[in-house]
Amino acid sequence: MEIFEHLALGFSTALSFDNIFYCFVGVLLGTLIGVLPGLGPLATIAMLLPITYKMSDPTTALIMLAGIYYGAQYGGSTTAILVNLPGETSAVVTTLDGYQMARRGRPGPALAIAAIGSFFAGTVATMLIAAAAPPLSEVAFKFGPAEYFSLMVMGLIAAVVLAHGSVVKALGMVIFGLLLGMIGTDVNSGVARFSFDIPELTDGLDFTAVAMGIFGFGEIISNLEQRENREIFARKVGKLMPSWDEFKRSMAPIVRGTMLGSFLGILPGGGAVLSSFTSYAVEKKLSKTPEKFGTGMIEGVAGPESANNAGAQASFIPMLTLGIPTNAVMALMIAGMMIHNIQPGPQVMTSNPDLFWGLIVSMWIGNLMLVVLNLPLIGIWIRLLTVPYRVLYPAIVLFCCVGVYSVNNNVFDVFMTIPFAILGYLFRKFACEPAPLLLGLVLGQLMEEYLRRAMTISRGDWSIFVTRPLSLTLLVIAAVLLVIVFMPAIAKKRKEAFAEEES
Amino acid sequence: MQFRNRQDFWAGVMFIAIGGAFAFFSTNYELGTPARMGPGYFPMMLGILLAILGVIISWQSFAKTSEKTEIAPTGWREILLILASVAVFGFTLPSLGMVVAVTLMILISSVAAYDFVWKETLISVVVLLILSYLVFVKGLELQFPVWPKFLTA
Repeated sequence: MEIFEHLALGFSTALSFDNIFYCFVGVLLGTLIGVLPGLGPLATIAMLLPITYKMSDPTTALIMLAGIYYGAQYGGSTTAILVNLPGETSAVVTTLDGYQMARRGRPGPALAIAAIGSFFAGTVATMLIAAAAPPLSEVAFKFGPAEYFSLMVMGLIAAVVLAHGSVVKALGMVIFGLLLGMIGTDVNSGVARFSFDIPELTDGLDFTAVAMGIFGFGEIISNLEQRENREIFARKVGKLMPSWDEFKRSMAPIVRGTMLGSFLGILPGGGAVLSSFTSYAVEKKLSKTPEKFGTGMIEGVAGPESANNAGAQASFIPMLTLGIPTNAVMALMIAGMMIHNIQPGPQVMTSNPDLFWGLIVSMWIGNLMLVVLNLPLIGIWIRLLTVPYRVLYPAIVLFCCVGVYSVNNNVFDVFMTIPFAILGYLFRKFACEPAPLLLGLVLGQLMEEYLRRAMTISRGDWSIFVTRPLSLTLLVIAAVLLVIVFMPAIAKKRKEAFAEEES
Repeated sequence: MQFRNRQDFWAGVMFIAIGGAFAFFSTNYELGTPARMGPGYFPMMLGILLAILGVIISWQSFAKTSEKTEIAPTGWREILLILASVAVFGFTLPSLGMVVAVTLMILISSVAAYDFVWKETLISVVVLLILSYLVFVKGLELQFPVWPKFLTA
């Protein structure tokens, strides 16, 4: 079996001292920021991206960044259960029943089930990536420029449709992102576009500066306006062990949540958030006592917590095999690969097999570490929650600034964050979801390049995108998605589904 | 016609402005033909597309069926203080060094919190300075002066 050879290579890479160490650093940081509300994996990864430039081995860098992402899913549930605040967006639904369990004196079992479910989901999702990745990248090798362009169109549209908020506005954000990607030197003609004679801009916008401005500073300003107050309900967690009954009731939701998350995670725009919401809805539907949801049902913790972790990990599949980011965190991971001169796409698996398989195996190892980090050390995380936001955010501002500065050892990038912070703030005021912008920004230049190549091949004939079957299929999927989402009945349903998320 | 969805209306206006600006500046570059696209082609296309989307979004915000939304008031104090702290950091770091830059940044940004406490902030400054020195200077060996240039030179 080839898969065992792959996994063996993965283990030998992931188990090197450096990789284990940085995997640990990643999941530790991930848990930390997951626990803290107001600091998400996106801003953290953006902050650390420049630092990974200093690492000699890109595998180590990606292992650490990935650890932050799925580690945050674990940490987010802790805050959701104990403080009734989602540490992470994906943990929003966990607050519904998890916090109620804590109030009824069962915070320990809620945390334990969340961790066990996440671990199970992480293990399954790791295997899924290992199994699904080779055939997927096999398909991708048949892709010409036209197919790639269509794939990107499909990916971006699907990301917009499945993400929450207004579809038209999200489409606008994608295009805005693509346009920002145009800034800098055009590879074909050597012309510096939209740089307005600023030498620093001829290299293009720095990805971290944009992400930091919009997601880091923009978010801090919004958080400060909201003046959150948090109240920690359970300072002592007590017994962790779930009762046999609780355990039995959790098993099926964990399995269902894992399957849902693995599936939804692969879809663009999916990932952790969508998975956990869907899982909660499914468990409520399937339950014999749906009216009890919201009062501390363990199924409402087990399902979504498994789903969000499975979803977080499964969203690596399109990123690793096709080079297509399905959410903003994956966009940053792609930027991380580019920093190390690795062109994301199907060839990564063959050109950098140690990176590919090492990363996958490290996710499983990381999940194992997370169970250990989260359950016995829960007391430390609770104490961390007592740190007020007013102490926390100046430190975040500092880390963001130093992070951006270190990309080029230049304060220009620090100044660049300011206009983007203002933009990010406006996006929030106008209820525009900023994540699609990052997807556009990462794909901008690539998309233009594929469009140009495809059109050169066809000698200027646009029909190349619909006469090639693979390309046509992808575009049809994109069109169908758009039509579906604008059909009145579906639009209403979609609104309801996401309304639950916002309340 | 009623001014209903203010959020959407202004989002649309923003897209029109951005799309229009990109399309306008694209005319500075050669457009080329579909078979041989110049540097202006794709951005021009995207800019126009974005402006059209903006028109649609703004237009729909007047529809009777559109949701009524308001723009939340602007938190000038938070915006100005946070961005000022970032700008001050950028201006002071190359010449006055990390210690001055970090101290100023933490002081300015901390004031933005509604529940700001002086004593706590000073402790923060000391702790973060030590941490910055250990992590950025010793650990990651980042390239910036620690002390003001006129003192060390």
